[in-house]
Amino acid sequence: MTGAPATDREILIATITDLLDGVRTVAVGMSSPIPAAGAMLLRARNEANGRAPVRIIVLGSRDHNFLTNGAFELFDAAAQGRIDAFFLGGGQIDGQANINLVGTGAYPDNEVRWPGSFGSAFLYFVVPRVILFREEHSPRVFVEKVDFVSAPGHSEGVARSGGPHALLTGKALFDFDKARQRFRLRSVHGGASVSDVRALTGFDYDAADTVSTTPAPDAGTLALLRGRVTDELAETYPQFAATLAAGFAA
Amino acid sequence: MATFLTLDELAATIGDGMSLAIPNDQAGVAMAATLALTARASKNLPKNLHVICVPISGMQADILIGRGMVSAIETSAVTLGEAGGAPRFADGIRQRTFRMMDATCPALLAGFVAGQKGVPFMAIRGLIGSDLMAARPDWRIIDNPYADDDPVVVVPAIRPDVALFHAPEADRFGNVRIGRHAELAAMAHAARRTLVTVERISDTSLLANENEAAGVLPALYVSAIAEVPRGAWPLGLWGEYALDGDEVARYAQLAQTPEGFAAYLEGAMRRREIAA
Repeated sequence: MTGAPATDREILIATITDLLDGVRTVAVGMSSPIPAAGAMLLRARNEANGRAPVRIIVLGSRDHNFLTNGAFELFDAAAQGRIDAFFLGGGQIDGQANINLVGTGAYPDNEVRWPGSFGSAFLYFVVPRVILFREEHSPRVFVEKVDFVSAPGHSEGVARSGGPHALLTGKALFDFDKARQRFRLRSVHGGASVSDVRALTGFDYDAADTVSTTPAPDAGTLALLRGRVTDELAETYPQFAATLAAGFAA
Repeated sequence: MATFLTLDELAATIGDGMSLAIPNDQAGVAMAATLALTARASKNLPKNLHVICVPISGMQADILIGRGMVSAIETSAVTLGEAGGAPRFADGIRQRTFRMMDATCPALLAGFVAGQKGVPFMAIRGLIGSDLMAARPDWRIIDNPYADDDPVVVVPAIRPDVALFHAPEADRFGNVRIGRHAELAAMAHAARRTLVTVERISDTSLLANENEAAGVLPALYVSAIAEVPRGAWPLGLWGEYALDGDEVARYAQLAQTPEGFAAYLEGAMRRREIAA
């Protein structure tokens, strides 16, 4: 029941919420139920704790998207510096935080073609806290060098106010060290070991002196996730919300 | 000014070699018009379309590609969303059946803004250091003329021959309700002709109520309208009906092969009539 310990998925969601701590406005792209849940949980938790209110923009939602200027507005608001955090993924992500949303092999006739770069080649430059999220943690995703740079992790001599903040996977959490342009392993999720993560990651990275286990959310946070947040998610992600509910009812 | 046509008449105004702007799945996609186009006999089928997605597409682009009607596509993504990757698009990439013009969403939108303003290009941040720059020789890096050491990307204006979308409502004067979907206005402003299918046509002017007028595309920009209930099916239409997820999943499954794709199209118009 609701007293059951946090599931792996709930730990991921709560980790996103912690990574977002302090933001005023966070946006979530299409087909991103876990980031959407993390953003909704931050809003609910701040409200419950009397902390600063959080505005969230969930693309694809009607109830949780207050924008009125069509497809333009998220990009314009980000360019104006009004969007503090956003999420990007990638079919490939490399050790310099370059992301590839286009495909594997030589462009343009890729062996495997993915949908495309979406807004990444813009938002990565203008959103200060971009959280890279990819659940699959494997050497085919986390590669030494991406086959196509949809958006670079770092730029020289170019106006840029945004970039990578952290990388969250199904196995681990990395911070991005902007000065060194490298990831640093912060924690591994329960069940995974530091050596598992090293073996499953195709790029080199630093590690904190003591790599901890990613913490589970406290009881109050978990209750918000299982109550209000699961209800809010159901509007945009009915199947995902039902799976979450089944997970904590099991 | 807008003329009122049947669905087939409206679809028949799209011809060989035209550039065709189509919206994202959230804004109102003219799926019935797309199916009507693909149902035409091979000799009447418009070919060599240059499809421009505003700023991404899904099943609509995949169907146009699968039917062999597309020679170039300009888009930031093609995806069936929850139903997975777009199979005819991915196959077309491997077979090089069309020219791929990869973009990023706000750069495409900026091209439309330039088009609607009648200026030759628009500047856009980001992009520098992305491999998209090599993929798009038509995008250039210029020096900001107002500051030192500030390279910035410019993209050319987009002026499509035709814009095509589906909306909830038009009035008999040719005004069309577009709600919050401002990119539909930009598409129509930039396009030479705009074709719209709608759920219903009202007798009262949509501009009569000042509180609602801001969400209306004036008839000035609208070339032709056809009344097509459930015209976005199997995609959803904002404020009207939800996506038919089972039908999109069925398409995603069948369209894995050219034969399955042809079988899907064969039954699609009939299934549309049942769904409507």
